Amino acid sequence: MIIAVRKLVKRFGLKTVLRGMDFSVEPGEFVALLGPNGAGKTTFLRILASLSRPTMGQVNIAGYFLPHQAAAVRRSLGVVSHQPLLYGDLTAEENLRFFARMYDITNAEKRIVDVLGMVGLASRRRDLVRTFSRGMQQRLAIGRAVLHDPDVMLFDEPHTGLDQDACLMLDTVLQEVAARGRTVVMTSHDLARVADLASRFDILSRGVITASVERSQMDPNNLLAYYRQAIAEG
Amino acid sequence: MEPLSQAEKQAERKASTPGVGQFIRAVSAIIWKDLAAELRSRELLSAMLVFALLVILVFNFALELDAQARASVTAGVLWVTFAFAGTLGLNRSMAMEKDRGCLDGLLLAPVDRSAIYFGKAIGNLIFMLIVEAIVLPVYSVLYSVNLFNPGLLLIILLGSIGYVAVGTLLASMAVQTRTRDVLLPVLLFPLVIPILIAAVKGSTGFLQGLDLSDIRPWINLLLVYDVVFIAVAFMVFDYIVEE
Repeated sequence: MIIAVRKLVKRFGLKTVLRGMDFSVEPGEFVALLGPNGAGKTTFLRILASLSRPTMGQVNIAGYFLPHQAAAVRRSLGVVSHQPLLYGDLTAEENLRFFARMYDITNAEKRIVDVLGMVGLASRRRDLVRTFSRGMQQRLAIGRAVLHDPDVMLFDEPHTGLDQDACLMLDTVLQEVAARGRTVVMTSHDLARVADLASRFDILSRGVITASVERSQMDPNNLLAYYRQAIAEG
Repeated sequence: MEPLSQAEKQAERKASTPGVGQFIRAVSAIIWKDLAAELRSRELLSAMLVFALLVILVFNFALELDAQARASVTAGVLWVTFAFAGTLGLNRSMAMEKDRGCLDGLLLAPVDRSAIYFGKAIGNLIFMLIVEAIVLPVYSVLYSVNLFNPGLLLIILLGSIGYVAVGTLLASMAVQTRTRDVLLPVLLFPLVIPILIAAVKGSTGFLQGLDLSDIRPWINLLLVYDVVFIAVAFMVFDYIVEE
């Protein structure tokens, strides 16, 4: 397993967000983590990304344990959230160059050219990121996340705030990211969208996984009914 | 884009095993990024500079003093100006990281997180020193006081390092709250009182031509404060920025 989470608990003061959650992912899987607002999806992804410390429980990613081997875990991860995590006053190329230095990437210039080509922004590489549309920023954010060629990609509602065309373009990039054998965990509210992308659907409700189903074991058109039933039973 | 082979990945991970070299490269990357962004936007420096110049102008009109009295208030006026302008810069510098979630982007990098602190702190120090380098000659002209004294410049450097060391740490804490603009000065000023007292006393000593033995305790206090707070920041920054 490339991600193994056991009895994960996260509390913020008196509020318990994750209640002994178990979760595991095999290498190369594309898991969609679905759930209503407040279910704990973002909190869970932030713990996997080592941005938040678990209160209790065990988290292992790519053979490394959190929080003690956080730096090694971070090297294995690429993270895309609904915020671009990019500097508006730097160009696309400068942003990637900065992150290449932070990740200590060898042969960075070639990787930057490759990544900009992959996300379709090669012609805008010298433009300031603040002049980019939301969709372009999100594509560049994916470029930033794959720059160090991570084994695991975490997407936290990457379609938020994008128009239909931008969503379609983002889906193409997401499919390309997944097609390269990377493991992907993505949270989303958009069931129709993830139905076409993910290979497995996990439903998170009130801090625990209440249901999990492989795409091959169900009709993706029934995902909404399955989701509603899992939430009701959870 | 061709993915790296397992052998290439392992070689890259081995080459970039966390060490002093990677730490320094990460610190320098953050400084470069802050300077490059500021060169484009000029938001931070212009705000700090305009504010600092306005403060010394206001003091110039408010304190209608003779030449001797002006010399005696110089250190106080200068350090009030630097402290206020510095707070403005610290707030802006961390807000820039928070606005687009960039702080998370930094925290996701596989480096010791204290590298982020040192990168931000050195960047803030550079901005503060630039503002001070412009304010000092302007003050000299307005108040007819000669400020080009190596001892005074040393005090300004040590005081600024201490101020920025504490300020960057507290700004990274305050930026996570909704009331960050108000919270930073409320947290910062009580903690930097020892620095401000030592810096004002030391600056006054050099401006009044006191013996070095009279000024040395203040220099020592500044040095100790700088070392202690840099060490504290090194140890606690990871916990401050993590949820």
